[in-house]
Amino acid sequence: MTLPPELVRIRDAAREAALDFGLDFPEVVFEPVDSDELNMIAAYGGFPVRYPHWRFGMEYRRLQKTYEYGLGKIYELVINTDPCYAYLMKTNTLMEQKLVMAHVYGHADFFRNNAWFAPTDRKMVDVMANHGTRVRRHVDRQGADAVEVFLDHCLSLENLIDPMGLYIRRHRAEEEPKQELDADRLAAGQVQRFPVSHRYMEPYINPREALEKERVEIAEGLRERESFPAQPTRDILGFLLHHAPIADWQADCIDIVHEEAYYFAPQAMTKIINEGWACFCHSRLMTTRLLEQKEIVDYADKHASTLATQPGRINPYRLGFDLLHDIEDRWNRGAHGKEWTECGDAERMRTWDDGSMDGLRKVFEVRRVHNDQTFLDAFLTPEFIHANKLYIFGRDPRTGETVILDRDPATVKPKLLQQLTNMGQPIIELVDANHRNRGELYLVHRWEGTDLREDFARQTLRALHAIWTRPTHIETAVEGKAILWSFDGSEETSKDLGKTLVGIGA
Amino acid sequence: MPMRRVDTDVSRFRRIVRGQIRKNLRKYVSQGELKTLQGGRVVAVPLPEINLPKFTFGDRGGSGVGQGEGEEGEGVGSEPGEDPGDHELEAEVTLDELAAILGEELELPHIEPRGRQNVVTDVRRYRDIRRVGPHSLRHFKRTFRNALKRQIATGTYDPAAPRIIPQRDDERFRSFDVSPVPESSAAILYMMDVSGSMGTEQKEVVRNAAFWLDTWIKSQYRNVATRYVVHDAAAREVDRHNFFHLKESGGTKISSAYRLVDQIIDADYPPDQWNVYCFQFSDGDNWSGGDTTECLRLLDESLLPKSNQFAYGQVKSAYGSGQFKHDLDQRFGDDERLVTCDIPDRDGILDCLREFLRRGR
Repeated sequence: MTLPPELVRIRDAAREAALDFGLDFPEVVFEPVDSDELNMIAAYGGFPVRYPHWRFGMEYRRLQKTYEYGLGKIYELVINTDPCYAYLMKTNTLMEQKLVMAHVYGHADFFRNNAWFAPTDRKMVDVMANHGTRVRRHVDRQGADAVEVFLDHCLSLENLIDPMGLYIRRHRAEEEPKQELDADRLAAGQVQRFPVSHRYMEPYINPREALEKERVEIAEGLRERESFPAQPTRDILGFLLHHAPIADWQADCIDIVHEEAYYFAPQAMTKIINEGWACFCHSRLMTTRLLEQKEIVDYADKHASTLATQPGRINPYRLGFDLLHDIEDRWNRGAHGKEWTECGDAERMRTWDDGSMDGLRKVFEVRRVHNDQTFLDAFLTPEFIHANKLYIFGRDPRTGETVILDRDPATVKPKLLQQLTNMGQPIIELVDANHRNRGELYLVHRWEGTDLREDFARQTLRALHAIWTRPTHIETAVEGKAILWSFDGSEETSKDLGKTLVGIGA
Repeated sequence: MPMRRVDTDVSRFRRIVRGQIRKNLRKYVSQGELKTLQGGRVVAVPLPEINLPKFTFGDRGGSGVGQGEGEEGEGVGSEPGEDPGDHELEAEVTLDELAAILGEELELPHIEPRGRQNVVTDVRRYRDIRRVGPHSLRHFKRTFRNALKRQIATGTYDPAAPRIIPQRDDERFRSFDVSPVPESSAAILYMMDVSGSMGTEQKEVVRNAAFWLDTWIKSQYRNVATRYVVHDAAAREVDRHNFFHLKESGGTKISSAYRLVDQIIDADYPPDQWNVYCFQFSDGDNWSGGDTTECLRLLDESLLPKSNQFAYGQVKSAYGSGQFKHDLDQRFGDDERLVTCDIPDRDGILDCLREFLRRGR
């Protein structure tokens, strides 16, 4: 659909302002859609052409209801592609469209420049469409129910990927064949020869074939004792794709879920900084270039409601926006580095100003290199935590009520960082795919103080079993006591491992 | 509307919801009345979370980082960290759908209305357009389309500044037309013993059973009327609320209720136009053997010939002897028109529903 003339005018103005501000983005295609279409696209994670699955239908119904009951409305939706597609809610006022477009240019710039997005496929629309075609073909051949059940299993394992694997090369690939060699060499050294008194007797007492046979046997034994995979891996979905005993269409389903999970991972990693940056951009562009006088009050209202906080949660828009502003302000005043941190006088720190005016450059740099965790780790100062009233909440053991526990920056920051670790997902590794030499799958949850949800974990073990077809185990801890949950195909068991773990920050 | 891609996914999701409801049907039936919405056409069924299980943290021990005012130790003011609707899912199901699920689960046959002539009624449907009408019914699209046509025709339309201003003549309004529709009607007559021996729990059982009986019968007929009769030693007609909440004491004369129901049928629901259903609930004590004889006579001569189905549910109470069901069974043992059933407790309701409805009469 072509953009109506009044939106074209707004878009051109916003685009020019964004370029002048220094943003760098691919072409952005704005598409005005009505609420129902927008809910639909949002349910599909921004891609209207994905594989069929009921959870998209569930999400669509949820969004629809939220909208109908007036509990929430999506203003825009932008996806990380080149060209970048942005869907605008048709019913937005012109001021809102202006705000939304400025916001979208911020996102588009972030997608292109942020280092964590570098490995993502910018032609994802086509890839997703292909995935849809592939799954539909499997549905035609295998039947909708079979494919649905299998996809349910795969999606249960969707978070078992190695998000950092996108950026580091794990050494696994080179090491595996080397170990194979090692087993052979080691075995050669271990073959027992009978002592011979005369050299000519050697071929009779220690015949070459017998030695070779023994060497192979020993090597096999050694290999069996070796762990498989050679190194623990977090890319469990990828491991299953290559090693599980599954049919081609099943492997294809895993492949699809695997690929999409990696595509979405950088977005989960950069929620705060991405939204913060988009808000930073729209605020700057609107207030310096785009707003007309009569729109100021409406704009202030919309901006404030976007950044509003609710009790007991962090608004990523707000935190990112405020933190970027704080960075800009500190670098404008030179209020950073060793000299500033160690000056020891709160008042001097607050009013510090060396006139360096380096803020904007620094903010652009931050949006290029950081993800949420490194962003907060590097720039969340005690002063900021104090000024922005961050706190830790928790359950009061006596009343059961949720209360503010602590406002000390020294505990708030680690807690926040911990919450963001691995995108809020538990860190789980596949340690042994040949556990007890019986081909059982052994996973370890790197417990750091927060327990897994048991009923879900049990069902996930079943999903794993359905793909792997051999018993599955996960080692985790409940309230610090190490425990092994297993599923052997018919029975769920728990085993106390007799170890006590201490959580981080406990 | 054309079929959209999402519709397939929504219908797959609905199938899962339906499966969940079916699986938990016994629980819903015994738990109590479901919340009705939209004037009773839709019910909200609480469902256990439908979600893809994953290795995830639970609620992180209810702890996390927030932002805002407040002293340490002060409540944060709301349950944190969870999106509304995250856990408990409430599926909205139409009564017809709910009836269909009930029918599937209990393997109920569809009711065949007795061979009575169908009454024809006029049905109004809003599917007409007129030039006059109230503003609340103004057809927005048509009105503006007409205005656009007029402006283009008169040359006052400017594509660069598209302003459409409808005038009086452009306006169109939705309106109804009337069409005759054959109608099959059913009357449901509930009778309940409210003598001292029927306690709150027993009434709760009756109420749940009544909700599901209503749901099923309403799904089978276009027009359903419901009446309520309570009795102890004497019978009287009450409204729905009183029916379930009235507390009386004293003796029990079932024949009084039969007589009153008979009168109601004769006055308002002539059996040649109505499919009549009688559901009677009691703990099974009657005043005397003489009254029971009178009851059997009334049933035989009057009530059974007039009804599609007469059902008697005997709710177990601490005081009831349960003699009445025994008497009925003895007299009408294999008569299709009368069914009897014991309801030991809430969990027995589902079986009772199956017993009452399985003949498809």
